[in-house]
Amino acid sequence: MSSKTFRGGVHPKEYKELTEHLAFEFLPATDEIILPLSQHLGKEAKPLVKKGDEVILGQLVAQADGFISAPIHSSVNGKVLSIGKEVTPLGFPKDSLVIKASENSVDKKFTLAPLNPDTITPDEIRQRVAEAGIVGQGGAAFPTYVKLSPPKDKVIDVVIINGCECEPYLTRDYRLMIERPDELISGLKLIMKALGVNRGVIGIEDNKPEAIKILSHKVEYEDGIEVISLKTKYPQGAEKMLIKAVTGKEVPPGKLPMDVGAVIQNVGTAIAIHDAVVKGEPLTIAALTVSGLGIRNPKNLYVPVGTPIQNVIDYCGGITEDAVKIVVGGPMMGIAQYDLQAPVMKATSGVLVLTKKEVAENEETPCLRCGQCVDACPLNLMPTRLARYTQLKRYEDAEGIGITVCMECGTCAFTCPANIPLVQWIRLGKQKVLQMQKERAVK
Amino acid sequence: METTTKTLEPKQKVYFDLTTSPHLHSQWSTAKVMWFVNLALVPCIASALIFFGWQQVFIMLVAVLFAVGTEAAIQAIRKKKVTLFDGSAALTGLLLSLTLPPNFSLSATAIGSVVAIGLGKQIFGGIGYNIFNPALVGRAFLQAAFPVQITTWTKPNYAVDAVSGATPLAAFKFDKLLTETTSLAIGNVGGSLGETSAIAVLLGGIFLIAVGIVNWRIPLSMIMGMFVFGGAFWIINPQQYPSPVFQIFAGSFLFGAMFMATDWVTSPITNKGMWIFGLGISLVLILIRIFGGLPEGVMYSILFMNAFVPIINRYTRPQIFGQLSEVKK
Repeated sequence: MSSKTFRGGVHPKEYKELTEHLAFEFLPATDEIILPLSQHLGKEAKPLVKKGDEVILGQLVAQADGFISAPIHSSVNGKVLSIGKEVTPLGFPKDSLVIKASENSVDKKFTLAPLNPDTITPDEIRQRVAEAGIVGQGGAAFPTYVKLSPPKDKVIDVVIINGCECEPYLTRDYRLMIERPDELISGLKLIMKALGVNRGVIGIEDNKPEAIKILSHKVEYEDGIEVISLKTKYPQGAEKMLIKAVTGKEVPPGKLPMDVGAVIQNVGTAIAIHDAVVKGEPLTIAALTVSGLGIRNPKNLYVPVGTPIQNVIDYCGGITEDAVKIVVGGPMMGIAQYDLQAPVMKATSGVLVLTKKEVAENEETPCLRCGQCVDACPLNLMPTRLARYTQLKRYEDAEGIGITVCMECGTCAFTCPANIPLVQWIRLGKQKVLQMQKERAVK
Repeated sequence: METTTKTLEPKQKVYFDLTTSPHLHSQWSTAKVMWFVNLALVPCIASALIFFGWQQVFIMLVAVLFAVGTEAAIQAIRKKKVTLFDGSAALTGLLLSLTLPPNFSLSATAIGSVVAIGLGKQIFGGIGYNIFNPALVGRAFLQAAFPVQITTWTKPNYAVDAVSGATPLAAFKFDKLLTETTSLAIGNVGGSLGETSAIAVLLGGIFLIAVGIVNWRIPLSMIMGMFVFGGAFWIINPQQYPSPVFQIFAGSFLFGAMFMATDWVTSPITNKGMWIFGLGISLVLILIRIFGGLPEGVMYSILFMNAFVPIINRYTRPQIFGQLSEVKK
C-alpha cells in the first residue's frame, strides 16, 4: 500500500534511532517544581492555593478561567513556596506556583472518581476532560475539551489521531503507541463518543512500521477505526497536512479542522483522556523524549509536570562537552532555552541537547531565487518573497501574498541553500501585519 | 548569534546558542551548490578534451581565471566581501568556455569572462541579483565582437565525414545534411566545446536533478516544447524541417536545458513558472532555428526568456493551501 501524504515538505535526518528502542522510564519527583498558570493556549488559570499551603499529588491548585483555559493540578505532594513570575520554556516568564516537594508522603494521591467508559455520556467525557486539565499534547497545548465541544452547527465526521511524530528526534508518540495501544484506542473511542462521530483514523508515518503493525492488529475488530500509513515527510503531523493526507480536504486559511469536518488529537492526548476517565487521573505527567547527540543517555521519560529541565538533563547523565543548544520541543519548531530552571509543561514533547554538528550554520548569502522554499512550502506560500517584503517593510504586500497563513514549520529555512533565516523574517513580518490588522479594526 | 551563560554544575560554564527554530538545516550552501554544478560539468569537460584535444583546457583555464579574477577585483573595489572560493564565478567562467568553439582565441575568451562577470553579474549587485545568465551575456558579447571566430568550427578528432567543419545544425540548415543521432549522442561532431556530446551533458544533468539542484521541470518542459513546436514543423514538412529528436540532440539544446536555463538566479521560482519558462525557450528557439539567419539560437532564446522571469513569477504565484476549498457548515 502506498502511503498517503501532502504536496511539498522536506525529509530531515531523523535521529530517531537514538531513543526509539528505549521504553519509558519514570523520572522521580524533584525537590522543587514550578507550575506556570498558563501551560495552554488561552487565559491563564486562577490559583486556588496560597503561599504556605500544603498540596498533594493530583490536587487542583489553579482553576480554569473562562472557556478557553485549563486547570492545573499539583504533580507532587508538598508545600506552596511562592506564587510569582518564573521562567518558562516558552522564552518569557509567566506567573507560576513553586511547590517544594515533601519527602515522606509519596503514598498520598488525589484522583477523580473513575468512570465507566461504556456507559459514560458525551457531556460527562467533556466535563472530565475539562476538569482533568487536559491540553493538546502535540505542542500547541490547546485545551482539549474546547476541541471536543464544537459549535452545534459544525458537522464532524472523522476523528484523526495524530501519530505522525514528524519532528526528528522525538519518539515519545511512537513509544506510547507501542507501549500503550489499548489505552490509545480507548481514548480515541471516548473522543469519538464525545463528538458523536463513528469514524476514527490513526495516522502514522511509515517510518514506524512496528506501531502501524501493533495498532492495525488491535483495531481489526473495532468498528469504524482504521490505521492509515502516511509518508514519512516533515511536516506530515501538521494538522492541515494530516487532514489533507487522510481525507483529501484542505482547511482554508484562518479556518479550523472542524470547518472541514475533522478533529485531530495527538496520541498523548488520547491516552490522557483514557487515564482521566478510566483511572480518574488529572494530567500531571508529561511524556517526553530526551535526545540529541549532546545528552549522555538519551531516554523516553514520564516526568512530573513542573520539573525543571535541569533535573531532566541531570537524570539523563548530563550534557556532553560539545553541546551548544538546548531545545524544548522538536528541532524544527521547538524553542531554544536560556535558563534550565524552565519547567517541563503539560505539552512538552521533548528536551533536545544539540551539538555543533547537528545545528551547524552556514554563512548566509543573498537569495539565489532557486525556488526550493516555494517548492517545499506545504501551504504553497512564497517564503523568499514574504521574507523579502518584510526586509523592505512592505507589510501590505506581505499580507497580500498570505504571510499570516504561515505556520512557521521551518521547512523553507531548512531547505534554503542560501541559509537565509526565512522563518525569523516571516515571524517578524507576521507580527507587523497582525498589528496592522488590529489597528485597521480599531479604525 | 546570541549567547548566554549558564552555570550547569559548579565551575562549568556553558554558552548556549539561542537562535530560533528551525534548529536543523539541510546543510546545503551557496558554495556547495556551485561546486556541485562545477562537478556536474566534468563529463562535458572530458568530452571536450577527448574530441577537440587536450589543449582546449587552456580556454577553460583562462575563462575560469578571468571570471574569478574579475569578480574578486570588483568586490574589492566595491568593498564587498571577496568570495573567491564560492565557486560561482568559476562556474560562470567554465560554462562560458564550454559554449565557445574549439581553439577559440584565449584573449577573446578572457574578454568574454570579464564581460560575463562584470556586465552579466556584478553590475546588478553580484550573486542573486542579476537578470540574465552571466555566462550567456559573456557569450553574446563575444558573438557580437568576434562574429567570425565564434562561428569557426574545428573538426573533432574522430569526426564523421558528413559534417566536416560545420556543426550539425549548420549542415542541416544550409546543406540539408542530417547527422546521425548516434554521433550527436556520443559527441564526435562539430560544435562548441562542451555541448557536442549529449551523453556527457545528460550525465551531468541527471546528477544535478538527482541531488535536487536542478528542478526537472525546466529541462523537461524544454524537451516537451521541442517535441510540440519542433514536431509541428516536422509534421508539416519533414523534408524542410528536421525531426524534434534531431532538434533536441543537435547544437546546444541539451547543454542549455541542463546547465543554462536551469541557472537558479535567472529562472522562475515557481513550479508553474518553470513550465512556462521552458516552453517559452523552446518556442523562441524553434523560431530562431527555422526562420532566423543563424543555425543556432539557444543562447538568445534563454536570454530572451530570462527577461520575462520577474513577470512569470508574478503571475504564477501558487494558490495558497486551502484557499479554494469549501468550508463545511
